[in-house]
Amino acid sequence: MKVLVPVKRVIDYNVKVRVKADQSGVDLANVKMSMNPFDEIAVEEAVRLKEKGKVTEVVAVSIGPQQASETLRTALAMGADRGLLVKADGPVEPLAVAKILKAIVDAEKPDLVIAGKQAIDDDSNQVGQMLAALLGWGQGTFAHSLELDGASAKIAREIDGGLQTVTVKLPAVMTTDLRLNQPRYASLPNIMKAKKKPIAEKTPADYGVDTAPRLKVLKVSEPPRRGAGVKVASVAELLDRLKDAGVMP
Amino acid sequence: MTSLVIAEHDNALLKDATHKTVTAAAAISSPVHVLVAGKGCAAVAQAAAKIAGVEKVLLADAPYLEKMLAEPMEALILSVADGYEAILAPATTTGKNYLPRVAAKLDVPQVSEILKVVSPDTFERPIYAGNAIETVQASAGKKVITVRTTAFAAAAEGASAAVESVTVPPDPGLSGFAGEELSKSERPELTSAKIVISGGRGLGSAENFHLLDSIADKLHAAVGASRAAVDAGYVPNDYQVGQTGKVVAPDLYLAVGISGAIQHLAGMKDSRVIAAINKDEEAPIFQVADYGLVADLFKALPELDEELARRGYK
Repeated sequence: MKVLVPVKRVIDYNVKVRVKADQSGVDLANVKMSMNPFDEIAVEEAVRLKEKGKVTEVVAVSIGPQQASETLRTALAMGADRGLLVKADGPVEPLAVAKILKAIVDAEKPDLVIAGKQAIDDDSNQVGQMLAALLGWGQGTFAHSLELDGASAKIAREIDGGLQTVTVKLPAVMTTDLRLNQPRYASLPNIMKAKKKPIAEKTPADYGVDTAPRLKVLKVSEPPRRGAGVKVASVAELLDRLKDAGVMP
Repeated sequence: MTSLVIAEHDNALLKDATHKTVTAAAAISSPVHVLVAGKGCAAVAQAAAKIAGVEKVLLADAPYLEKMLAEPMEALILSVADGYEAILAPATTTGKNYLPRVAAKLDVPQVSEILKVVSPDTFERPIYAGNAIETVQASAGKKVITVRTTAFAAAAEGASAAVESVTVPPDPGLSGFAGEELSKSERPELTSAKIVISGGRGLGSAENFHLLDSIADKLHAAVGASRAAVDAGYVPNDYQVGQTGKVVAPDLYLAVGISGAIQHLAGMKDSRVIAAINKDEEAPIFQVADYGLVADLFKALPELDEELARRGYK
């Protein structure tokens, strides 16, 4: 059984994002970049399946600039077997990503695609679902746990009211939520070994996909700021203030 | 041209998220039709028919639509999609699950979690967990949109639209419902409550979290939590408010023992009034709180409970 894991290079989770003064976007110059945290969880899940002997090969794919090969190296150091970089400069919208991934799935024929539920830069939460639809596959999004059972996968999903379990026929697409697992840190020997693992390079044109954006970003602005309010001295004063503000029932 | 809103419901009750999505839809393209998909959900369709601005309700009733799983929902929505200028769903875990499939099959981009309709083809949406707001313009063609419901007012009721049954395409048979564990609570839901009281790591344990219960009961408030409290195992994950949990915007958000990490603020900063109780006067939560009380919560919470009782809250 083979698993395909798409990974995206994004601004590191801990970096405070700054909007550019000309509102053309977010400042990416000299900012630490890392693998999207949800994608790390996806790589971890795939590698654990391999360690359990349920999966024979884990292939990591990244669509992005040349530096996305570093993100692939991270996936390889965590335990993925080989990488595929689809070189694209500038933003690639979720639909185009899904089309490229579909072409890769058609060629690689994995039994399961494990993707992050969303990238923490554009927060779109679309690629996994779009890919599943283009392939005509079932999906288990926002996964909390996964059990592989021959021809199907049992996936518990984080939903608004709690957890929902679905059974999905394989091949399928799963997207990860935070509690699926705790990703490992790659060990130094594994980081060294990852340098020898192969990364193939392609372009979107190789897959016949046009990545020109279809949504026009008119501007990127700062969200409205909330000012600090007042300190109150007691519980009674707090309730008085809330009553005056008209928010007490 | 007409827009289509996919209703959010549990087969018995129509959720408020639908009314809010109708508000967004009406700003893009009127009149609005609502699609109610489920099992035995005729009463939901009748409720949807009362939303002001709704011209027609499409009722799709089939056993395999009961849980609104993504694959049969894709087939259903595609079967009715012709003629609609825009298709919208609330950005709930249900809507976020099925709608991108529809966009992909229609070969159009989806605009996720819109906060504002600037003009019928231009929208504001949050990126980087709400640390930046992107204004995007859609090109010609059908618009497929999910709506962050806390950003829109609920459409009023008062209409009486026609309800029309539609033919449901066969189940694609790719997935099946195998069970659910829903949090049982007598309290209002986090995302629709007028008051939310949330606890953080400062509460120290799962037992102490119950200090919030009696106050929440008196205020008819929902109880939430920070990610730190969830990760520490005090409460289940569906309590979580923040970038990685639920986004709420109640009239009053009361944060207790929550330091105010960026990831938490992303989930509650649009609340009308924010109040915070924390013993650390340097806690970042005080930078966004309208009213801050620097106090030990183990002293302040019982006091608050007593003071509420004294003022007649039961």
